[in-house]
Amino acid sequence: MFVRLSAAVAALSLLTGAALAQGAKPTDPQIAHIAYTAGVIDITAAKQAISKAINKDVKAFAEDMVRDHEAVNKQALDLVKKLKVTPEDNDTSKTLSKQAADKLAELAKLSGAAYDKAYVANEVAYHKAVNGALETLLIPSASNAELKSLLQTGLKIFQGHQLHAEHVAAELK
Amino acid sequence: MRTGCSLAVVTALMLGAMAVPAHAATIQVVMENLVVSPAEVSAKVGDTVEWINKDVFAHTATARNGDFDITMPPKKTVTSVLTKAGTVEYYCRYHPNMKAVLKIAP
Repeated sequence: MFVRLSAAVAALSLLTGAALAQGAKPTDPQIAHIAYTAGVIDITAAKQAISKAINKDVKAFAEDMVRDHEAVNKQALDLVKKLKVTPEDNDTSKTLSKQAADKLAELAKLSGAAYDKAYVANEVAYHKAVNGALETLLIPSASNAELKSLLQTGLKIFQGHQLHAEHVAAELK
Repeated sequence: MRTGCSLAVVTALMLGAMAVPAHAATIQVVMENLVVSPAEVSAKVGDTVEWINKDVFAHTATARNGDFDITMPPKKTVTSVLTKAGTVEYYCRYHPNMKAVLKIAP
């Protein structure tokens, strides 16, 4: 499971590595799109968890994810509107969405405690990967100060989610 | 003379009564951009804490020792009165990287 677990994670790491190697930095419209997409992916995964999870802590965690990621994405939308930036779809966003859809389908086949465990494990890995991409690529590449600042707040909140997910994962064992 | 005396007593009592609430202070703890400030604050039993959440995210102030668990909706201020002395480490259950300490004197 752990091999497949990190499909989206691998995509993020690949993207980070590839972009850095080429010295090709994503543009602000692309960064906005990637960050928003990463949020939508986690909301979709959380909604699946709210309907499938059996453990109450896992369900509560999923509800926290929906609430926080929707709040971040609302801020992101408000900001791009204010800056008159149109988020631009790109290969990273596409890869992320594709991998996430595969992961969702894979999780859909599980149920009960096995599902809970797999969902939380993926949340830990996914937040870790997003945080890595934020730290090493997205934040340093962002040129607009307000976008950079929103990404920095995003990083703190996702680091919080990662810790929270790790706590939930530890309790499931 | 007697009247003057009792007046003085009454005045003293009134002043005393007014002075009591002054002992119970109000302490503000702000949560903004996922940071709790001040990171460490001293207070006394009976003091009121104003938990001010300036973020668009919900936060909690959850004592590790179980003494309190306050939930703050986004952009809201919640107050609570400190009832127990001790040095209490607390954190946000939703974002456990948010941590701070409340030193409550008896």
